[in-house]
Amino acid sequence: MSVIYILLAISIIVAVVFFIAFIMAVKKGQYDDSYTPSVRMLFEDELIKENSEKTILTKKD
Amino acid sequence: MDNNTCFHCGLDATSSTITFDDKSFCCNGCKTVYEIFSVNDLTCYYDLQQAPGATPKDIEGKYNFLDNIKIVEQLLEFNNDDTQIVTLYIPHIHCSSCIWILENLNKLNPSVNSSIVNFGKKNVRVTYNSESLTLKNLVTLLSSIGYEPFISLDDYTVGKKHIDRSLIYKLGIAGFAFGNVMFLSFPEYFQVDGFWIEKYKHLFRWLMFFFSLPVVLYSAQDYFISAFKGLRSKILNIDVPIALGVLVLFIRSSTEIIFDAGSGFFDSLTGLIFFLLLGKFFQQKTYTFLSFERDYKSYFPIGITKITNEGTEEPIQVYDIEKGNRLLIRNEELIPVDCILIKGRARIDYSFVTGESKIVSKQSGDKLFAGGKQLDGSIEVDVLKSVEQSYLTQLWSNDVFKKDKELSFTNITNSISKRFTVTILVIALLATSFWLLTDSSKALNVFTSVLIIACPCAIALSAPFTFGNILRILGKKKFYLKNASVIEQLAKINTVIFDKTGTITANKETSINYEGTTLSLAEENLLKSTLRGSNHPLSRSLYNILDKHDIHTLDTYEEFLGKGIEAKYKDHNIKIGSAPFVGLANDTATLNTAVHVSTNNIYKGKFTFYNAYRQGISLLFNTLKKEYDLVILSGDNAGEKENLTKLLPTKTKLLFNQKPEDKLEYIKYHQNEGANILMVGDGLNDAGALAQSNVGIAISENVNVFSPACDAILDASKFNQLYNYIKISKSAINIIKWSFLLSFIYNIIGLYFAVTGQLAPVVAAILMPLSSISIVAFTTVTTNILGRKLE
Repeated sequence: MSVIYILLAISIIVAVVFFIAFIMAVKKGQYDDSYTPSVRMLFEDELIKENSEKTILTKKD
Repeated sequence: MDNNTCFHCGLDATSSTITFDDKSFCCNGCKTVYEIFSVNDLTCYYDLQQAPGATPKDIEGKYNFLDNIKIVEQLLEFNNDDTQIVTLYIPHIHCSSCIWILENLNKLNPSVNSSIVNFGKKNVRVTYNSESLTLKNLVTLLSSIGYEPFISLDDYTVGKKHIDRSLIYKLGIAGFAFGNVMFLSFPEYFQVDGFWIEKYKHLFRWLMFFFSLPVVLYSAQDYFISAFKGLRSKILNIDVPIALGVLVLFIRSSTEIIFDAGSGFFDSLTGLIFFLLLGKFFQQKTYTFLSFERDYKSYFPIGITKITNEGTEEPIQVYDIEKGNRLLIRNEELIPVDCILIKGRARIDYSFVTGESKIVSKQSGDKLFAGGKQLDGSIEVDVLKSVEQSYLTQLWSNDVFKKDKELSFTNITNSISKRFTVTILVIALLATSFWLLTDSSKALNVFTSVLIIACPCAIALSAPFTFGNILRILGKKKFYLKNASVIEQLAKINTVIFDKTGTITANKETSINYEGTTLSLAEENLLKSTLRGSNHPLSRSLYNILDKHDIHTLDTYEEFLGKGIEAKYKDHNIKIGSAPFVGLANDTATLNTAVHVSTNNIYKGKFTFYNAYRQGISLLFNTLKKEYDLVILSGDNAGEKENLTKLLPTKTKLLFNQKPEDKLEYIKYHQNEGANILMVGDGLNDAGALAQSNVGIAISENVNVFSPACDAILDASKFNQLYNYIKISKSAINIIKWSFLLSFIYNIIGLYFAVTGQLAPVVAAILMPLSSISIVAFTTVTTNILGRKLE
């Protein structure tokens, strides 16, 4: 048994894992909408700011 | 943000005095939305984009049909216990603020669990608790913040939409196999001899074989299917040589490794299929937010209010409408069937049907046609025909709507590949017979080599990449094409036919001309004051163009239905209306819409209403006339004829009073004479003509809202660019021809190696991807240069 078999096996397994991940991503619809997620990702800041304001509001009540 | 524009929607707010929080608003609706957002801490909405909102429309009663459980069930994507999921199409989605606010719906109503926006499709998928929130409430909530969903009959019939992702799977598999096979064939490329490579080459080769199996069996299956279909119907399409090449590559490579004769061409095989699929993927640019297949279903309402015999209102499904039913049509609602007006003031906007935005007033007892939109309060009508039998729906039963244009058209690639395939087969046979006579051991080798290297990879690639890129460039310039074959069709056009109203005339604009004795200031004052009281559409437009004067309170005012208005102020008397009404007995029957005026029983003159034509129309027609036959097909009367002949080149044919069927027949007739027709239209009355023509372009003021079934949608603001867009399509065809030439050169070089029997795997491995990549680069660069020329 040569080391080349192990190396080949590992590299192919890694490749196949990535391939399966790709198929799963497509199946879950990750490629259906290529624009909205890129915008959505930038919203985090507004949400935090908004949450904090809300807590102040509830305190006032 | 200055104070002249509405903080919410960006419209002019100078004349309104509504301010709130030191911000000006154009109307109370906008102010209310702002209030809703500020109370809920959602004013970030305005930080993301300036004035992103839309004025909320008055929708009272409009969504009553959502009380009907049968209708709601059809719209829901998921419905179990207390959770419901619905996907709503919202045309107003246009910026990141929209995404933000719609995804924070749960802040406005806690019953909403989650809402996810798909910007490309302009829809939002809402999961909500159905015990505390009904679909109707949800729709009302969305409407109240200016995001009114668009629910049409289409949503009712389509059911759950299936997304086809097979191409991306195929592309993924081919790419995965291509990359791995390339790595595995590295040792063979460098031709290192030695114990190590000798010992492991079988392992490497068999691995390559297994990697390429799914590529040939799954990824390439479309090419085999298409080639088979082509052969069966005796057509040599481009997929025939491709399938042949793939098959020969695979069989030869497999036999080589089975008999230990060589390493095969698995790298070229997988690479070839990967690039071909990439081209297909590139060409698959779609405008998911636009619909090119719209028929009446896309804009008809799902439900309508029926008035039962007992006098109660009941929401029913549109298909359930029967002859003799009494319906309640609310303000802004569409009339779904042909009917007779019973009660109420009908002011109908038929712009959906005719493309004309002029509003028609109707009296009780008049017939109303399906497709009209009621604009002034609610009316009651009696149904004459069911939905399927109405005039508008009948239009769609014509055969042209069932025909697939693409099938009847041989594209440039297929027309070339016919000769190409024959030539390649002849070369292969000649070379094989030559080698059979000289060195028969090499004959089979040469035969397969020719088929491998001649596989028209580059030819098959050049068209998809060129068209894909052109599609993208034109899309940026607001000219949206249904698919790539439209570009080819556009390049072959020799006749351009325009609809008049709404297409070459601008919607919502008319120019008014006065002829007669000049009115004195007092008379003009009186005219303005009198018009103020009238709701007649012509009065409204005339009122709007007159200068501002002091408004008098009239002593007497009387409106005569269908005739005109008479008013008195102090000792002045004025009559406005039709010619006989104002006392002009012998009116030279003009076809134009005109309003006559007389004061103190003396005839003064008339205001004539003309269509306002789109800017640059004269220039566009003059550039088009050099290469194309121009025709105007109008459904209107010949009233504008004189005006049009002045405006347009003399060669232009003008045809008036054309019914939808006449337009269709006109196009059919000229197509039989050999004309390639481009039809430019906008209303539903053009739908048949658009479908019959070689290319049908729908002009739209707002591409998201409405356009009939067509091959392309052009934003009205870019109308004067039409000629440039056609020119681009022609240049695209030239680019493809050039790239064909380029790929022929590659093929000749490759064939030299193949025919002389010296095609080594490494030569194929270099030549095949190189030719593909250089073709892709060539077409991309040249199309981008073309695109830059556009304004």
